[in-house]
Amino acid sequence: MTIDMAQFHQVFFEESFEGLEIMESGLLDMDHGVVDDEVINSIFRAAHSIKGGSGTFGFNEVSEFTHVVETLLDEMRDGTREVTTEAVAALLGSVDVIRNLLVAARDGAEVDEILVKAKYDDLQGMLGATSSEQEQPSVVAQAPPSDPSDPTTLGWHIVFTPLDHLCRTGNDPLRIIRELSGLGELQVGVDISGIPELSKMEPETCYMSWDMRLKGDVPRADVDEVFDWVEDDCDLVVMPILSDEELQQPETNAAGIEEAIEQPLVERRQEGRRKEERRSPLDRRGSDRRAGASMIGSSSIRVDIEKVDSLINMVGELVITQSMLSLVGEDFTMDRIDRLLDGLDQLERHTRDLQESVMLIRMLPISFAFNRFPRMVHDLGVKLGKQVELNMSGESTEVDKTVIEKIGDPLVHLVRNSLDHGIELPQQRLAAGKPETGNIELNAMHKGGNIIIEIRDDGKGLVVEHILEKAIEQGIASPDQEYSDQQVYEFIFQPGFSTTNSVSETSGRGVGMDVVRRNINELGGSIVIDSETGEGTVFTIRLPLTLAILDGQIISVGSETYIMPLVSIIESFQIRPEMVNMVAGKGETVKLRDEYIPIIRLHEIFGIKDAKTVDLCSGLLVVVEGDGRRSGLFVDDLIGQQQVVIKSLEDNYQQIDGISGATILGDGSVALILDVPGIFHLASGRELNGDYAAERADQLADSAVGSGDYV
Amino acid sequence: MASILTVDDSASMRQMVSFTLNGAGYDVVEATNGKEALEVAQTRHFDLVITDMNMPLMDGISLISELRKLSEFRFTPILMLTTESGADKKQAGKAAGATGWIVKPFDPERLLGTVNKVLG
Repeated sequence: MTIDMAQFHQVFFEESFEGLEIMESGLLDMDHGVVDDEVINSIFRAAHSIKGGSGTFGFNEVSEFTHVVETLLDEMRDGTREVTTEAVAALLGSVDVIRNLLVAARDGAEVDEILVKAKYDDLQGMLGATSSEQEQPSVVAQAPPSDPSDPTTLGWHIVFTPLDHLCRTGNDPLRIIRELSGLGELQVGVDISGIPELSKMEPETCYMSWDMRLKGDVPRADVDEVFDWVEDDCDLVVMPILSDEELQQPETNAAGIEEAIEQPLVERRQEGRRKEERRSPLDRRGSDRRAGASMIGSSSIRVDIEKVDSLINMVGELVITQSMLSLVGEDFTMDRIDRLLDGLDQLERHTRDLQESVMLIRMLPISFAFNRFPRMVHDLGVKLGKQVELNMSGESTEVDKTVIEKIGDPLVHLVRNSLDHGIELPQQRLAAGKPETGNIELNAMHKGGNIIIEIRDDGKGLVVEHILEKAIEQGIASPDQEYSDQQVYEFIFQPGFSTTNSVSETSGRGVGMDVVRRNINELGGSIVIDSETGEGTVFTIRLPLTLAILDGQIISVGSETYIMPLVSIIESFQIRPEMVNMVAGKGETVKLRDEYIPIIRLHEIFGIKDAKTVDLCSGLLVVVEGDGRRSGLFVDDLIGQQQVVIKSLEDNYQQIDGISGATILGDGSVALILDVPGIFHLASGRELNGDYAAERADQLADSAVGSGDYV
Repeated sequence: MASILTVDDSASMRQMVSFTLNGAGYDVVEATNGKEALEVAQTRHFDLVITDMNMPLMDGISLISELRKLSEFRFTPILMLTTESGADKKQAGKAAGATGWIVKPFDPERLLGTVNKVLG
């Protein structure tokens, strides 16, 4: 039978990468001085599994390399090797190499062989330094070659005397004899003289011994292999048969017993063969099916069975409610209105529960995004000569899978920043009266339907004057204007802003905080900074629980209805005439608490002809924030707030500037969801290009409105 | 149909062993560590146990000696899956009551060959 091993690869890679994470976090614990047996054991087990699996599935580079790592760990485990910082560092480095090798094996990519070789030699060197063993990377166990001095034998004379306890190890003498008979023609003699009378017989003890002659040119190793498992459970004599006389029938003191053994043997063998033939087509079908299954599902998600159960439960409730409602509706009279309303209440509750349950399926603990940080902080701290401790909390907080995938890079950037710019060097910290070791905290929590992620450090904090100076230098801030601390911090998120002149390897990678903010905004979230000079800095990221549902404010302009993401709304109010100003270069603005906020008339942007009013004072102004900017959107009316399910415009129609998606409202009509930064963009385009932009916006609005049919 | 209990903390190895033995018509039950295996073993009969050695919660050696304490498993063949071809590991396994071993890495053919041999 042939089995396609490729079908097991996906699971192997999945668990191997998980194993590497276990190794990594275990090694980091060890690096912090935690050296208990369980930690070393779990690291060892992970390495051991990767080695075993990669050997089995034919990834020999991985298994050879991992073998050395495993040996090193084994020595640490049994205490023959001391756990030193260097050894832990070397092992951490080798985790990267194994990951590299695994990725290469999975994707068929190139391996940095020089690096692998260097690391391999490194580890070998460490091994050689304390142990004299010259263990080879494991290869498939091979039987030793038969003794070359052995003349061609005619066969083997085997005397097999099981010790009393042989049966208690689950071994069966009959199995051994059967196996021998598979090697060549076998004559079996049995000695039953040791069998006691029935009353004294113990069923677990083996009383017999066998004297056998195996004919044919069978290698000694093959014979030894048959007895491999019972070597220590029997007395065994194996002698070569060199002359024909020796080949004769062995003495048997139990006549007929040989026949009795021989007979069922033959039958069994034939039966076995028949079974084999029957099985093979089945096997093929089985492996084809599995192979097909492994092709799909590359973007799979592991779901806790409890979540699925709760889902099924919810559906059950819905079905009950549905049948109850249809019963009420069968011949409805007004006196049953209470029951109808009850039913509708239930329906609403169950639908909401069902929605939550379905959302939960896409949820993963934030630890999936956090788990890379212990290693990163450790490595970076060493590189920068800083002592840092990373504390994480709320790792089990669950977030949408897409959020996990996209929040990683911004978080990396922020943590790097905290380490590079926030945490001071040990001597600076001491001089400032702080503990030598800096502290970075990563906290995640649920708060009012949002996920909050905090990156908090106890470093030197932001210096407002310094930032302002730089911002003025770079033309982002005006020297004449007064700024609040918060406004100054906002400059950090401006494209091209940097406080350091020299670009460090750690932070200055051309990716600025503007990109961090943009990435977070794309997830429908926001980020704010808070800082205390000398005390530290806190970045607070607020993210929606899910990307499939949005808390929206329904607004109306003329006959059109739009959804505005609630998270981007700061406030809304009615404009009084004295608040409106025309500012050069900014167009219409409204003065709100000493701040001039540009006004964007939504009816102009979307070319809506039947707006209820064009008079600023009779409509409403909604102040929104996006991309770090604020503007007031002029609308006819605010209607209400509602959770809406986001439908992709791109999937169903095409991308439209200023619109992030669409939704279907309770009455069945389609409403477009506003993309706040996109609207800012549209508005600034209008100012720059005048009529042309307005025209373009008109067209866009037309197509946007028309798109309702396609959703 | 002979029933086999396979014990391994590695999902891919379990999958491979199950798939191979299932395809050969055996009834296979999986357990992810010794503790789990022992719990299953207390509820039903198996004709053969194949166990990995290094596992969390309860390792292969402990599982073997625990199984041998159960009357149902006194004579049941128990095979160890081991990459450590070193004699001490095998000795410890044998002392605990193992029937034999299969050295990793192995391929499905060799696994099936050994299992067929043991189960006759």
